[in-house]
Amino acid sequence: MAIPKPEELSKINYKPPQTGWIDTPVEIKPGMFCNASKPKTLQAVDFPNPRTWSVKDEDWKLPENWQEIILEGIRERLSKYRTFRLFMDICVRCGACADKCHFFIGGGDPKNMPVLRAELLRSIYRKYFTGSGKIFGRLAGARELNIGVLKELWYYAYQCTECRRCSLFCPYGIDTAEITIIARELLNLLGLNIDWIASPVAFCYKTGNHLGIQPHAYIDMFNGFIDDIKKVTGIKVEPSFNRKGAEILLVVPSGDIFADPGTFTTMGELVLFHELGLDYTWSTYASEGGNFGFFTSNEMAKRLHYKIYAEAKRLKVKWILGGECGHMWRVWNQYHNTWFGPIDFLEEPVSPITGTKFENTRSNKIVHICEFTADLIKNNKLKLDPSRNDHLKVTFHDSCNTARGMGFFEEPRYIIKNVCNNFYEMPVNTIREQTFCCGSGSGLNASENMEERLRGGLPRANAVRYVQEKHGVNMLACICAIDRAALVTSVDYWAPGVRVTGVHEMVANALIMRGEQERTTDLRGEPLPGKEGGENV
Amino acid sequence: MGLLFSFFAVIILVLLAFGGVQAANLQYLFGVIIPYAAFITFIVGIFYRVAKWGRSPVPFRIPTTAGQEKSLPWIKQNKIDNPSSALGVIVRMAFEVLLFRSLFRNTKIDLRDGPRLAYGSTKWLWAAGLAFHWTFFIILLRHLRLFTEPILFFVPLIESLDAFFQMGVPLLYITDVVFLMAVTFLFFRRVLIPQVRYISLAADYFPLFLILGIGISGVLMRYFFKVDVVGVKELTMGLVTFNPVVPEGIGVIFYIHLFLVSTLLIYFPFSKLMHMAGVFLSPTRNLANNNRERMHINPWNYPVKVHTYEHYEDEFREKMKSAGLPVEKE
Repeated sequence: MAIPKPEELSKINYKPPQTGWIDTPVEIKPGMFCNASKPKTLQAVDFPNPRTWSVKDEDWKLPENWQEIILEGIRERLSKYRTFRLFMDICVRCGACADKCHFFIGGGDPKNMPVLRAELLRSIYRKYFTGSGKIFGRLAGARELNIGVLKELWYYAYQCTECRRCSLFCPYGIDTAEITIIARELLNLLGLNIDWIASPVAFCYKTGNHLGIQPHAYIDMFNGFIDDIKKVTGIKVEPSFNRKGAEILLVVPSGDIFADPGTFTTMGELVLFHELGLDYTWSTYASEGGNFGFFTSNEMAKRLHYKIYAEAKRLKVKWILGGECGHMWRVWNQYHNTWFGPIDFLEEPVSPITGTKFENTRSNKIVHICEFTADLIKNNKLKLDPSRNDHLKVTFHDSCNTARGMGFFEEPRYIIKNVCNNFYEMPVNTIREQTFCCGSGSGLNASENMEERLRGGLPRANAVRYVQEKHGVNMLACICAIDRAALVTSVDYWAPGVRVTGVHEMVANALIMRGEQERTTDLRGEPLPGKEGGENV
Repeated sequence: MGLLFSFFAVIILVLLAFGGVQAANLQYLFGVIIPYAAFITFIVGIFYRVAKWGRSPVPFRIPTTAGQEKSLPWIKQNKIDNPSSALGVIVRMAFEVLLFRSLFRNTKIDLRDGPRLAYGSTKWLWAAGLAFHWTFFIILLRHLRLFTEPILFFVPLIESLDAFFQMGVPLLYITDVVFLMAVTFLFFRRVLIPQVRYISLAADYFPLFLILGIGISGVLMRYFFKVDVVGVKELTMGLVTFNPVVPEGIGVIFYIHLFLVSTLLIYFPFSKLMHMAGVFLSPTRNLANNNRERMHINPWNYPVKVHTYEHYEDEFREKMKSAGLPVEKE
């Protein structure tokens, strides 16, 4: 499907339709949804109702008793999650959340206002689980669960990236991510997943990573990195894999190993750790820090992330270091310890280089790579030449998950300011805790839903364009693998000329290594400032 | 539909009280029985709802972090918006409950050609919401004059502050004016902003009209249709001392006011007004962001089916060996 030009796509009508939302049936528009999951991917993880189905078909091939399954699913989750029960009850519909959602801002569909997205599920809750809904029905905002309502729920549950920006502004802290997570769990009871999530989940379960890369292919990728790093620095880095007795297990999102520009971030990590002589290992089994299971169900998320601590235990490492990733860190920060704790087989993390104790990680024993590197820089352990990044004018995108599920703001900024000389912040309402989603998070970075992604990407990309025009920004730094994949597309469309990088790519470019050759290019093989016209161009 | 229904529902409530007292002489019903029933419903209802919420556990610690986390010692933590201790949480909750901190952040988008998105600060909802809740609370406190003998010491103090401008007879209370203005603003906001009107249900209009009705009837009673205040106090003291009496000739407007208040008390536990209690229980606000430092327990955590390393190696052993990876079993 042809995507309209930015001028066309940005003509957005925020006026709601004449008919009330209950009376406005869902219209499933091409470009706004992802393809249906395939039977073999659901079978791979024993999910219900594996079958071939298509979103565009009238018949979604649901089990006979699908209503019963959904209602029973709601009942069960009401008793398991206080968030769910509370958030179904206490919304006052003040509307403060309405224009906080990137999908609403970029599309104008009223059902993308977080409050209304939640009302889609709340209306069912009221009908079957509250007295007023049973008695007053529609007047109380209650409605029957029929196939149209179910399809609507599906359509909008996959138009939310669980970024939690709305929850920041809600006076009661109602978290739409929580509602979307539960809506997707319910839909998965009927086999209503999307292929872009279900396939990575199935792959990840079997091979350890979302892309389904098997161990030998994983090593091949690294051999490529080693060659490229040698070309740039003259130094042969020697990473180890599945090595027992290493001090640290490094886990990164697999996107950084298999797709540009994330690969340059991985190369940056290889360079940094080689220079430090860090005693660490990669793992082909725990070869994914991301967790698309989290976009499916709580149980599936736990099933996928089991491997990380299991591998740390098997390899007898002391602690775990985590790469640059958004939802991986939300899961690691807010779920991991609860699922798998107490983590008594690892040690409280201490930086072997600086001796710093990472006290804030003493229970779950996982350190963010930006915490690790910021500590190195603070303790003068790195020789850096930020002028090597002088051709870059950098801004920083806070990933939604590390922003609102962690509060991870200063660490990456501290690093960036030490490795490059030109750093500019985007407008204050679009960064830090108020940051916007890239538009493709929570498993929505497919290609068939490109219009949805570009619309959702507008607020972020528009802020990028603002600093591009004002300061000449040409590089967008981020600490999330989905960002690195998705922002490239979104920024190309809305703010062409800006490129995307991970933080550790810039670290490695600025890092002066012992015994390195004179660098003429960066890790991408592009000339450094003042070295244009050199032999490696 | 929700708007008209709610409006007429409140009108009918007013007429019921008016007819009941004026025509049918049901002063005892409206002055004693219904208020008692309402109060019991209110208390029992709130306890029931909160207990119901409380029965669902909090499986995960998922605060929405709104500032820098606790990290390396030289990085300044935002201890209020991203607390890592119980004290921090208490301060965060106090800001949330007393000052509506989250709502204070509110912004409004503006999309211009280009496209160019801008975000303006908008404090109207915050200001009106805060004014509404605080004046409501102060007015409630003032009403303690009717339910205590001797009158609690702080009540006259509040009254004199509230009547600071010393206007009119009886003295005009500032809170009365602000309260009515705030409720009116919240109503017009709901009707006039297209998005907010679109999401509004009867359950949003009804409490607004009801509270407006309570405010208007109260103001009418105080400033315009004077009622027998001594009689009112006799009745209210009778209620709190479980010795109910219904003095003659209080004036029907009082019964209308009391009936609307009773309706609010009855309606409260079954409605969105429970946000008053709910805000304290909200897991995105009332938990510390210290998961990596302290383990949070999920009472229903259960073992799940996993793909173990042994399985993985069994599936890929030959490929691992050919790539030079160490294996557990040769």
